[in-house]
Amino acid sequence: MTPPENSPDHLHAQAPAHPYIPNAVPAVRQAMLDAVGAAGVEDFYADIPEEIRLRRSLDLPAPLRSEAQLVRHMEQLLTRNTPATRTLSFLGGGCYQHHVPAVVDEVMGRSEFLTAYAGEPYEDHGRFQAMWEYQSLMAELLDVDVVNVPVYDGFQAAGTALRMAGRVTGLRRLLICGDVDPDKLSKIRDYVRPDHDVVLVPTDPATGGADVDAVRSALAEGDVAAVYAEAPSRLGLVDPALPELGELAHDQGALYVVGCNPISLGVLAPPSSYGADLTCGDIQPLGIRMSYGGGNAGFIGANDDLRLVSEYPTRLFGLVPTDVEGEYGFGDVAYDRTSFAQREEGKEWVGTAAALHGIGAGVYLSLMGPHGMREIGETILAHTAYAKQRLAAIPGVEIPYAEAVHFADFPVRFTGGRSTADIHADLRERGIFGGIETAADQALYCVTEVHTKADIDELAAALEEIVK
Amino acid sequence: MSAHPAAGPVAPEDARIADKPALRRFHQASWDEKLIFELGSPGERGVLVPEVDPEITEALGGTVGLPAGLCRQTPPALPEIGQQQVLRHYLRLSQETLGADLNVDVGQGTCTMKYSPKVNDRFVTDERIAGLHPLQDESTVQGALEILHRLEGLLKEVSGMDRVSLQPGAGSAAIYANVAMIRGYFADRGEAETRDEIITTIFSHPSNAACAKTAGFKVITLHPDADGYPDIEALRAAVGPRTAALLITNPEDTGIYNPRIAEFVEIVHAAGGLAAYDQANANGILGITRAREAGFDLCHFNLHKTFSTPHACGGPAAGACGVTEALAPYLPRPTVEYDAESGRYWLDDDRPHSVGKIRPHHGVVPNLVRAYAWIMSLGAEGLREVAETAVLNNNYLLHKVKQIRGVSVPYAAGRPRVEQVRYSWEQLGADTGIHSEQIGVRAADFGTHYWTSHHPYLVPEPMTLEPTESYSRADLDEYAAILAEVAREAYEDPETVRTAPHRSTIHRVRPEALDDPAVWSPSWRTYRRKVLGT
Repeated sequence: MTPPENSPDHLHAQAPAHPYIPNAVPAVRQAMLDAVGAAGVEDFYADIPEEIRLRRSLDLPAPLRSEAQLVRHMEQLLTRNTPATRTLSFLGGGCYQHHVPAVVDEVMGRSEFLTAYAGEPYEDHGRFQAMWEYQSLMAELLDVDVVNVPVYDGFQAAGTALRMAGRVTGLRRLLICGDVDPDKLSKIRDYVRPDHDVVLVPTDPATGGADVDAVRSALAEGDVAAVYAEAPSRLGLVDPALPELGELAHDQGALYVVGCNPISLGVLAPPSSYGADLTCGDIQPLGIRMSYGGGNAGFIGANDDLRLVSEYPTRLFGLVPTDVEGEYGFGDVAYDRTSFAQREEGKEWVGTAAALHGIGAGVYLSLMGPHGMREIGETILAHTAYAKQRLAAIPGVEIPYAEAVHFADFPVRFTGGRSTADIHADLRERGIFGGIETAADQALYCVTEVHTKADIDELAAALEEIVK
Repeated sequence: MSAHPAAGPVAPEDARIADKPALRRFHQASWDEKLIFELGSPGERGVLVPEVDPEITEALGGTVGLPAGLCRQTPPALPEIGQQQVLRHYLRLSQETLGADLNVDVGQGTCTMKYSPKVNDRFVTDERIAGLHPLQDESTVQGALEILHRLEGLLKEVSGMDRVSLQPGAGSAAIYANVAMIRGYFADRGEAETRDEIITTIFSHPSNAACAKTAGFKVITLHPDADGYPDIEALRAAVGPRTAALLITNPEDTGIYNPRIAEFVEIVHAAGGLAAYDQANANGILGITRAREAGFDLCHFNLHKTFSTPHACGGPAAGACGVTEALAPYLPRPTVEYDAESGRYWLDDDRPHSVGKIRPHHGVVPNLVRAYAWIMSLGAEGLREVAETAVLNNNYLLHKVKQIRGVSVPYAAGRPRVEQVRYSWEQLGADTGIHSEQIGVRAADFGTHYWTSHHPYLVPEPMTLEPTESYSRADLDEYAAILAEVAREAYEDPETVRTAPHRSTIHRVRPEALDDPAVWSPSWRTYRRKVLGT
């Protein structure tokens, strides 16, 4: 083979080809046009009428064609971010700072997993096995039989689980018990609108938990497809009424749908054990980085009940034999449910969602094992209780429903006269990110296993100085 | 000490290595790997967790008690495995995954498989993106907000639309968001009840139909005319006072550009409906034509397709919805705004007409950062070069593939294709009994991926190829040579194709159990219970 001509003159004859576009080389382009018999690329656009052609250049910033220029530009932007992970942060509320094991990063960063897409089992056996293992590991954590290939996020998982319950029961009303994140509720309302009425049953102000009598009354009005509750609640509260809500739902022919934080399930009972027909939530806490809210992926768990399995919109990978003894194969379980197979006659829709986060969560659960999951749950429970105790002792700080058990998140009320915004601004001055402002005098704080006693004491000391 | 005994002088011809054969002698990695549940032993640990500080336990007076019925009684039956063993297991599975970095991935038509630049991965694994909490104070995330604001600006110009939301998690989520906005728009005009139909085409992605149905609309699907173009007479017959919107891809998944697209939009507008442009297939028309010029009210891009973010085994992806000023009030909240006076970026959550949240927070931010960096590395001329090269690559591959025995290019005879082509192996199937899926399985033996088509198969024995700008001429020649070889085998040695794969990780899967509820096994525990009886 003759090496390509590469004299200095040749190299400097024109602007260098963009590294992402090898066929931008003019000689190659010309040779390809000649092969096709085209005068120019305009020939290929012959079907686009002149009236809708853009006959000017797009008005975009000058390109940063060299990698060095691009890195410099991006560095200037990134430097204006202060990551929560590099400060002392007490932000949670649906997106959690946990330790991400190095092996999770390594696997999620593998080029094959990062860049694969929709290959068949013969090219992508490893992807199928990793996804099936994620489904299986999550099924053990949730104590259910079936877990989907992840949907986009926990909001979507809640919306879809509720619509699944609606299709199974054929009923219209959805009872949402207690505090649900307002953004999540916004998504649920939008998503179920065509088929369902959302009925909010506020918490019992005395306990911060579900108002069981109000739920009973709402159920008695009939036509209830599902009762939805969260474990822990938006405010981190572990509501003793959760098992009773399931009984009430079932007594009235409704399904019980429970949203949960999966990292709590080494210590908290899986919702299926107290009657949940569908368990849903977000796997971000299981080893996925927060990424300014980009780390989500939603799960829906159910028992292997044909009525429920038939209503999943997502792919479900299944284990099957191959022609060779002792060899594992994988494929799609009940594919005809999906919109890939049936377009609008499928269940909702299926598309690209958050598969890699599922693989990451599978690696996380494999590393943690049953002991790790129990220990992290115990540590978070203890840290939450300690943080509540320390903060409650500060004059000007109250912990609503302090006597309840909280997991990771807990509510804080500032009674010293200063606003949450002012207090949090002062905390930022001290390098501390306070919790999520939920009202002018209230906030939602969060601690996890990454916090230490010293971190919590530091927060308490700072609040003591500034809260009044 | 040398491992090689002295053997005297070697003649150059004896040192010469023969040229590579025309097709590579590929074999996929095959580790015969067990399931994760079969690894490890009780007591092994993959990672340890910080223990509770004894002083905390002392302060609490013991451990935290849980309410009755809410304490886990039986530990989850997760495996117990040492760290390196977990790593090794997943590395083996990653090796058994082809991935777009490793193969000439032109066979996954409609999905715009292109190079995802490695440098962009660096930005998102950086703690200043990866470590941001979505509810940090705005003052601490000015860089992230600026990226989102700038990316919106870039996509406004690429689409010609007035505002762009970056919140949807993927293309289908963006379609859904557009449908939700359409629903909100008509609700505000008191037409929610009357405008309950959405029109799409059969060669638009299935999610257009499925998302419209999910959002409560009746779906009308137009089939192509004899030439494969969307049928304008069918559209005229379908529109009316019940029409809420047209959701349409262009070019469609056949690679055919609908030259009457502006007329389609006008017809729908004349009936009082809106038009939403599914721009999943935008790669070949960047800088050439835009949603704005064709008159669309809404559009969406798949940032994991056209704008290079990695496909991640099926997500996380990212979608972007572009809308005209009239639809802007309905965009998902919050929007990212810039205050020129203070020079600060801020989040506007006070948008009363908004459809609300399509997903938590601000979208799949890592992919938004990657898409931003990708556009910045190319600029206007670069984007146009992307489009023109993708189209050249496609027509070059078309030229080569149509010379292969048994393949045809249905519809629009003699017309160019934009960025992809839906081919048909109908003739080869009739001649040899080999189906398109079987060609794909055999093509995998050569280290490549191949895809047929969405369902239903309107084109018989379909194959959809989309060679984006990322592939070199040598890459395209190799792919065409693989197809030519598999077609030759189909005619001359069909048993080799029929019994493929021969060089894969695994052998032929027996799929029957996947559709039998009595034995299907979507998890380890169902397999053990239903199949093993343990």
